[in-house]
Amino acid sequence: MTEAQTLERPVEAKTKYNLIDCDIHPSMKTPAEMHPYLSQRWRDHLATYGGHTRQGLSETLSHPRMVPEVSRVDSWPPSGGPPGSDLPFLREQHLDGLGIDIGVLVPLRFNASGQRHPDFATAIATAINDWQVGKFLEPEPRLRGSIIATQEDPENAVAEINRRASDKRFVQVLLPPRSIEPLGKRRHWPIFEAAVSHGLPISLHVGGVGGHQATGAGWPSYYIEEHHSQVQTMQSVIASLIFEGAFEHFPELKISFVEGGFSWVPAFGWRMDKAWAAMRDEVPHVKRPPSEYLKNNIWFTTQPMEEPNPARNLTDTLNWIGTDRLMFSTDYPHWDFDDPRYAFKVPLSAAEKAAIFAGNAVNFYGLN
Amino acid sequence: MNEMVRSLGNEPGLSTFGGIDCDLHPASPATATLLPYLDDYWRETFIMRGVDRMSLAMTASPPRAPINVRPDWKAASGFAGDTLEAVRTQALDPFGTRLAICNVLHGSMIMHSDDMAAALCGAVNEWLAREWLDKEPRLRGSIIVSAQNAELAVAEIEKRAADPRFVQVMILAQNDEPLGRRRYWPIYEAAARNRLPLCIHAGGSNRHAPTATGWPSFFVEAYVAQASIFESQLLSLVAEGVFHKVPDLKVVFAESGFTWLPSFFWRADKTWRGVRAETPWVTEQPSDIVKRHVRFTLQPVEAPLETDALARTLEHIDCDDILLFSTDYPHAQFEGTNALSAKFGETLAKKILIDNPLATYPRIAADF
Amino acid sequence: MARHVIAKVDELDIGKSKLVKVAGRDIALFNVKGEFFAIANRCPHEGADLCRGQVVGLAESDEPGKYRMTRHGELVRCPWHGWEFDIRTGKSWCDPARTRVKSFDVSVAKGGALAEGPYQAETFPVSIDEDYVIVEI
Repeated sequence: MTEAQTLERPVEAKTKYNLIDCDIHPSMKTPAEMHPYLSQRWRDHLATYGGHTRQGLSETLSHPRMVPEVSRVDSWPPSGGPPGSDLPFLREQHLDGLGIDIGVLVPLRFNASGQRHPDFATAIATAINDWQVGKFLEPEPRLRGSIIATQEDPENAVAEINRRASDKRFVQVLLPPRSIEPLGKRRHWPIFEAAVSHGLPISLHVGGVGGHQATGAGWPSYYIEEHHSQVQTMQSVIASLIFEGAFEHFPELKISFVEGGFSWVPAFGWRMDKAWAAMRDEVPHVKRPPSEYLKNNIWFTTQPMEEPNPARNLTDTLNWIGTDRLMFSTDYPHWDFDDPRYAFKVPLSAAEKAAIFAGNAVNFYGLN
Repeated sequence: MNEMVRSLGNEPGLSTFGGIDCDLHPASPATATLLPYLDDYWRETFIMRGVDRMSLAMTASPPRAPINVRPDWKAASGFAGDTLEAVRTQALDPFGTRLAICNVLHGSMIMHSDDMAAALCGAVNEWLAREWLDKEPRLRGSIIVSAQNAELAVAEIEKRAADPRFVQVMILAQNDEPLGRRRYWPIYEAAARNRLPLCIHAGGSNRHAPTATGWPSFFVEAYVAQASIFESQLLSLVAEGVFHKVPDLKVVFAESGFTWLPSFFWRADKTWRGVRAETPWVTEQPSDIVKRHVRFTLQPVEAPLETDALARTLEHIDCDDILLFSTDYPHAQFEGTNALSAKFGETLAKKILIDNPLATYPRIAADF
Repeated sequence: MARHVIAKVDELDIGKSKLVKVAGRDIALFNVKGEFFAIANRCPHEGADLCRGQVVGLAESDEPGKYRMTRHGELVRCPWHGWEFDIRTGKSWCDPARTRVKSFDVSVAKGGALAEGPYQAETFPVSIDEDYVIVEI
């Protein structure tokens, strides 16, 4: 058997940035941080009813994690409040500490798309977007924002995208993978249309509350399973986008999959290709083998880093995916954080490093 | 056209002569065919209710879909494998198959009434014994059961286990709950007690969405999602400690694909290191447990065969014991008799064809 | 090999840990039920500070559904990815042969004794009446 030790794909990526982090989670000291951005009506609603989502527990994730706030133990700000809630400490520990040139905020709190009350969902999405500007984007020029949009309410999602698009500090539209229906379905296409019209990519960060069981096999018992299921959820989103023809209809559509891993991508492409070859008459609108859309329209962030044993096996994966598809992310301050200095256990060429740690993100977000 | 699509089955395979085909599908019997094998209550009420005229084909396994009927194997009925003659001349003789395990994909396994499900499963098993196993000495059977009522499943296993031609228990990939959960354990204990591996075959009840993002539009998409369900089941079996509780249990994943395994191993092993205190009975990394207890039928082989992708993937899996030969007849997974790609190499091919099935199935080894 | 005074005994409560920099090394010092242990501070996985990790017991099980906590306070979970290290040996629980951190010999001595011996107390003054933690490097 031959060893594929070196990466074959040359990558062009000249940029003024050395390190772009595509996944930083901002947090709030208390929910009251939202008050300036909510009308009295929604402040009252938040205080009285809180969130109302499609799962059993109203205030927490379905499966308790193995560490408080899903976070690195060393990321709690000395000033108090949960990890990611204190900008000076986030600067010191993370942006300065690692030399991050650009950090993309991925706010997860309140999960606007998962809210069943449609007007509250819209109010929360708008408020979180304003909060990002007020708390993080104004005082810290290295940070960029994600436009929270209500996936289950495309009309209001489009309105929010249109409202934010002129603010270039917002670099993507953020949607949750777990949804009522798979993302590729046509009722979501107005969101794609709006994103493409503004030149904004869409990003899916693991999570969401769509009301379905966390795996196609049913509700798992344990966090280790729920954590793993994020991979399968990303797979179903990608299959939906491809088989519904979203990339045929919107060839400019760019989508990144954040925190869902990437080592599964090659085999998933092979499986889709084989099934498509057998049954393409069911989906004549899908003109090309599915894996080709993976190569053209889809990006993946790197965290949590894949760690095969032996480590060199990862080189095959990188070759198969293409190092132009991968964008570095830390997931700060969450527990499965990756440190850019140590995350990759296989050698990367200078060009590959430049691409993965900055260049691909520059292209994806259009940062130059 | 990309590599995968070009390569579908065009490449001459290795000889499969003398092999053990671990996944062969006789056409599912028409319901009326089962009447002689039902007791008088079910026979009479089925006729009274018109059930004998109903198709019990499953949404997850439409019997006429191209993936399920290879064109050159399709009979005038639109099905394939619906006569013993067809199975002999298409599935046994051309491959030089020494023994083949019949996995009947029948809606009996997913009926909502536990009792009706058990009655129908029993009838299918009896039908298989009388109409197939009695008539063709190269055939072996899987005891099909509905997993949802473990007590009834155990009764069927105990009853059928007296017939040594039944070599495994078979359930479907998607059930009410993930298969590691304790409600299913009596089935596993009964299987192990009778030296029967548990086969988990692609397909399922569709009582909940097959993905965490909801219902895919297309069959091709749902077919792709089957592998995701298998991944969730694999981790469920490991995390719940099934192999700790039933150490003699062997599980066979059928029509699951296997090229996704390296990615599964990498993520599961890594996450286990961080969260293993949640399931302290899991004292080994998940990949080691899987390699000891779980086997995968060969088809479908999902990797482009022109490249070294399959060879590299096998090296990533790093376990020669894990694959069991299968044609998946009459499903369309390859062309001609090219079921076993030359990429496997002669040494591994022999293991896949004979050694691994013998090591997996004590009842086959006993009279081989 | 030299012996370094790295802490006063009473500055580190049971169950607590502390980073000490000595002889060019970062060392995580732990007080386990009154006994002191020192291991290299840097997690071999991605470099997190083990001194910042949660000090925990060992979760064990005889069979699924049965839980047992043993060895209370004898393991540290890396503050990032939660890998458990045995504070006594520096070995990780999941992969003790290959994933481990260096463990250092630690002892406790009276300040009076230290004044006479070949000890290095670079970081702070030693007073005769108090007890000190000594590490050998």
